[in-house]
Amino acid sequence: MFSATSLNRKNDRNETAVRWLLGGMTGLLVLPVVVILSVLVYKGGPVISFEFLFTTPTKGMTAGGIFPALLGTVLLVICALLASVPFGIAAAIYLSEYAPDNWLTRVINLAIINLAGVPSIVHALFGLGAFVVFFRFGTSILAASLTLAIMTLPVVIVATRESLQSVPHAFREACWNMGATRWQTIRRIILPNAVTGILTGVILEVCRTAGETAPILFTGAAFFLPLLPQSVFDQTMALSLHLFVVSTQVPNMPEGVPYGVALVLIAMVLIMNSLSIALRMYLRGRKKW
Amino acid sequence: MVTVTAPQGATPHLEVRDLTIHYKQFAALENVSLEVRQNEIFGIIGPANAGKTSLLKAINRMDLFDSSMRVEGQILFNGINTRKVRNVYGLRRQIGVVFPLPVGLPLSVYDNVALAPRLAGTKNRSDLDVIVERCLRRAALWDEVKDRLMALGSLLSGGQQQRLTIARALSQEPQMLMLDEFSIAVDPVTTMRIEDVLKELKKEVSIILVTNLVQQARRLADRTAFFLDGKCIETAVTEDLFTGAVQDQRTRDYVEGRFG
Repeated sequence: MFSATSLNRKNDRNETAVRWLLGGMTGLLVLPVVVILSVLVYKGGPVISFEFLFTTPTKGMTAGGIFPALLGTVLLVICALLASVPFGIAAAIYLSEYAPDNWLTRVINLAIINLAGVPSIVHALFGLGAFVVFFRFGTSILAASLTLAIMTLPVVIVATRESLQSVPHAFREACWNMGATRWQTIRRIILPNAVTGILTGVILEVCRTAGETAPILFTGAAFFLPLLPQSVFDQTMALSLHLFVVSTQVPNMPEGVPYGVALVLIAMVLIMNSLSIALRMYLRGRKKW
Repeated sequence: MVTVTAPQGATPHLEVRDLTIHYKQFAALENVSLEVRQNEIFGIIGPANAGKTSLLKAINRMDLFDSSMRVEGQILFNGINTRKVRNVYGLRRQIGVVFPLPVGLPLSVYDNVALAPRLAGTKNRSDLDVIVERCLRRAALWDEVKDRLMALGSLLSGGQQQRLTIARALSQEPQMLMLDEFSIAVDPVTTMRIEDVLKELKKEVSIILVTNLVQQARRLADRTAFFLDGKCIETAVTEDLFTGAVQDQRTRDYVEGRFG
């Protein structure tokens, strides 16, 4: 009664084949990550020390530490966040909760998706034209972080909009029927329940911002600076550009230094990522519906 | 069964005149006229897509939140044309709504009930305590939740959540309560408890009861309207619908379960 027909056997074989194929491809994807991380730790690990992290480069950057670049990246990320998060969240709230569903809204949504697809070097040239030249910020932390902010804005908007949309519509209707305005509904019900997704989006943005090189190349990142930046109108060093410099631009560079810089950069991103995952797990545990 | 008729001659609490509702091109409701009297339970029965929910949405001016919804005609609440009311938030506070599926907002039981008073500006904690307790008692939920007011409302059982939504609707101090097929996700015992609650509430508010359970309308409603395909086929004293004194054959068929 349950003897296998030839069709059963064929389906069975396909099932096994597909499982191995999909599994194998997933394994291949993991491979580069593992290789990159192990090479970085193996070659860059010995370089990392307190001195490496917290002193200025010396002897044409072949010795000393990377503190100015590390500080610069942190400053750029913070300034970019300060600029993009309020604008991004405000725009997302408008698009998700207020905008009527008409052609203009659809065009704006399309524009945001396209903005995410613009190559970073184009953003860099825009930043150069707009912030450095037109607004006369010069090559500075301000110009560079504004460029980064514009580049990462779509990530914030899309993540925020999606987490707002994930709050059930019935909650809105229940609130509106009680005589709540749209804003009261957003503030009391929707935002508190969307905050997980918004935070995740923001942290993702941080990761992207930290690693970007092209947008800050023309707008505020410096090859080498003897002094730390004093204000947002100064130039700064940054880890990503520093990595490029120590890998290709300086003769007689000790082999470990570029790996060390890369390791620090990737560690920053990984730490932020893990934070984001931990936060998401924590907040999902408190999910209320 | 004794037929309870609402006092005749009093001004209708709610009057709907020639109401037509379109969603884009689709007509959900056509030329509906009816009136709901003070302190009566007005039942609305009819199959799906009859326009029952659309009527409730129009009464509460929810068309302002739905750009595809177009409403023509008049709805007079206490004699005031709601289509012309500026302060729609004030209007909505006068009318409490209960949905088919219980919507426990992701707040504590207490905060669920205190939300409407807070939206209206009540901040004083002891005032809120009084409102919360009174509304939960009126919704016959107080005894079950009084020890866990700070627990999440969405963790209550379905029947409890539905009574929580009723308590929430009452916290607005509404003059009218609209219930849209409230018993869909509620077990029969809880349904009976809620029905008892509604019979009590009738003394204080007018109630529109949309239901797809014909017998529920018979148990509760003073008068009942039969909706079909966006039209109000007829309105009659509820008991008349069941004793054969109906004018339209379709109403008789629906009430007797011989439909389609």
